Amino acid sequence: MSQTSTAPAPTGSSAPTPRRGERARRVPNWAPWAAFAGAAVVVGALWPLLDLNIALFVLYTVVLGTLAVYLLTRSVEGSRQAIDRLVTCLVVSAFGLAMVPLVSLVWEVVSRGIGRLDGTFFNSSLVGIVGEGGGAYHAIMGTLIITALTTLISVPIGLMTAVFLVEYARGRLKRAITFLVDVMTGIPSIVAGLFAYALFAIFLGPGVRLGIMGAIALSVLMIPVVVRSAEEVLKLVPNELREASYALGVPKWRTIVKVVIPTAIAGLGTGVTLAIARVVGETAPLLITLGITTATNLNAFDGRMATLPVYAYYQLTQPGVPPQFATDRAWTAALVLIILVMGLNVVARLISRFFAPKSGR
Amino acid sequence: MSSTRTTPPSPAGTRRSVRRPGDRVFAGTAKGAGILILVILAGVAAFLVVEAVPALTAPAEDIPGESGLASYVAPLVFGTLLAAVIALLVATPLAVAIALFIGYYAPRRMAQGLGYLVDLLAAIPSIVYGFWGIFWLAPKLVPFYEWLERNLGFIPLFAGPASTTGRTMLTAGLVLAVMILPIVSAISREVFLQVPSLHREAALALGATRWEMIRMAVLPYGRSGVIGGAMLGLGRALGETMAVAIVLSVSGGITFNLISSGNPSTIAANIALEFPESSGIDINTLIASGLALFVITLAVNMLARAIVNRRADFSGAN
Repeated sequence: MSQTSTAPAPTGSSAPTPRRGERARRVPNWAPWAAFAGAAVVVGALWPLLDLNIALFVLYTVVLGTLAVYLLTRSVEGSRQAIDRLVTCLVVSAFGLAMVPLVSLVWEVVSRGIGRLDGTFFNSSLVGIVGEGGGAYHAIMGTLIITALTTLISVPIGLMTAVFLVEYARGRLKRAITFLVDVMTGIPSIVAGLFAYALFAIFLGPGVRLGIMGAIALSVLMIPVVVRSAEEVLKLVPNELREASYALGVPKWRTIVKVVIPTAIAGLGTGVTLAIARVVGETAPLLITLGITTATNLNAFDGRMATLPVYAYYQLTQPGVPPQFATDRAWTAALVLIILVMGLNVVARLISRFFAPKSGR
Repeated sequence: MSSTRTTPPSPAGTRRSVRRPGDRVFAGTAKGAGILILVILAGVAAFLVVEAVPALTAPAEDIPGESGLASYVAPLVFGTLLAAVIALLVATPLAVAIALFIGYYAPRRMAQGLGYLVDLLAAIPSIVYGFWGIFWLAPKLVPFYEWLERNLGFIPLFAGPASTTGRTMLTAGLVLAVMILPIVSAISREVFLQVPSLHREAALALGATRWEMIRMAVLPYGRSGVIGGAMLGLGRALGETMAVAIVLSVSGGITFNLISSGNPSTIAANIALEFPESSGIDINTLIASGLALFVITLAVNMLARAIVNRRADFSGAN
């Protein structure tokens, strides 16, 4: 088998299914495609009879095509090959099925949100707006401020924890922290919000709403993500680099700061960017810690702030009397949010591509 | 990691003679950050408990619904579990199939790009899923629910009457399924890619078809990873808030009827819906329900880890 598996990629996919040379009867390669095309024609012909819509059409075509492929293969090549083909059809359909939500969601958000994606949306708030017009300037600024604060809190703590886990920790404390970071990854976002609320309500009294509360709630969600990704990346730094540095008499902390972290900087940047992307769309914790306003509030330590996800939520659920305008704003806010998150994902990938260490691996 | 230190670091600060102050400060900071994690987690539990105590001790008639905390939280716990289980049942087989497709069926060149497409599903904020669920998915499912009621109405799950808006428990479960699909499939994909190529090649060399190879070599090896991924997905689904809050039409009460418009809410969605307009003891009640959610997700996550660790010994990987 070694000559067929020169590529590091899984050979199962590139190697053809084992074919017995002596078996003469084989289904030609184009037959499955033909079966599906035939199924589409048949179902299409029955369209008026069955009162179909596009979803049912695709469904019936896939079912009929799969069945045809199965029976054809079974009669020509036998049941083992037939089951193999059947599973192939199922697996491909599963992937196709998973693409339905993605495509329909993006299409829906773009087509409904593009209408209000104008200058007004980005440079005016909702003060005094009833019905048409208005924008999300205050919410966008709020999201940027809260996200910046969250990053400011989470990255140092997360990074230092990862350094501690990789470079210093031993034994029980290390196991405990690793385990609890895993547990923290599973904290529901709404619970993080309740925590921040409870923390501030005890000291400042009930009903308190502050920007910093939201940042703390999001930090609870972001820190474990940063720790996990940073830990993975720091572990990848070759030990030889550390040892070379120690051999030159460099103290351990300078080794970490000057050798380990610069080597891993691309991965760290990617991890942090993905962590930001993860929290920037969080709605629930901000809903209960920040509330919503119509005016611009840039001070995270003074009263309610609007953020983009919460803004979208309230515009949708409490649209006001002619609901159309608020609903449009909600969709545009959702579109901006998606663009923001996707943009951060792209940036993360670019970081890992362009800042990767130029090692001779 | 370093090979220069052989003694554990705990007594290092006091006993080690040659230790530069910079080292001590840096090590202390790092250790402090690690310990801060423990403090934060303890803080989450502690502050939730402190704020939940008034609700736990309050007389039954002060709690919303006027019949005590337990009967307030019970339907919410039921709804949470029901929605999460639907999501899990739908998402797991689909996620495994997608992982197999990307790992073993898709053309090699395209596989990475297709995997990225699935990962994109994880990047979409949950509120946007809520928008999509209520405006796109729910109306499209209405005819399907009517069909279910007509043809499968004898099963209590589909007893109906079918909701005319489509904002049912089943819809919420399906939205959750889409949301946890990427994490389950990402983890499955990772374990499937770790299957030793010798196992796969041995199966193929014995004349196995591709599916037989997957059944004999890949699935047994990856089982623990799939279960772990599914449990992580379950944890996600349990705590998912905004999508459910927007999609689900709530009327309280425990019911297994998945397609009617009367559904129990979930803990997280209930908090999101009620919290902004609540005050006084109501807030404490919501925090108490949040504490219940915290405990449930904690238990699920720990169980997931236990399963993964136990299965790892028997997977034949080593």
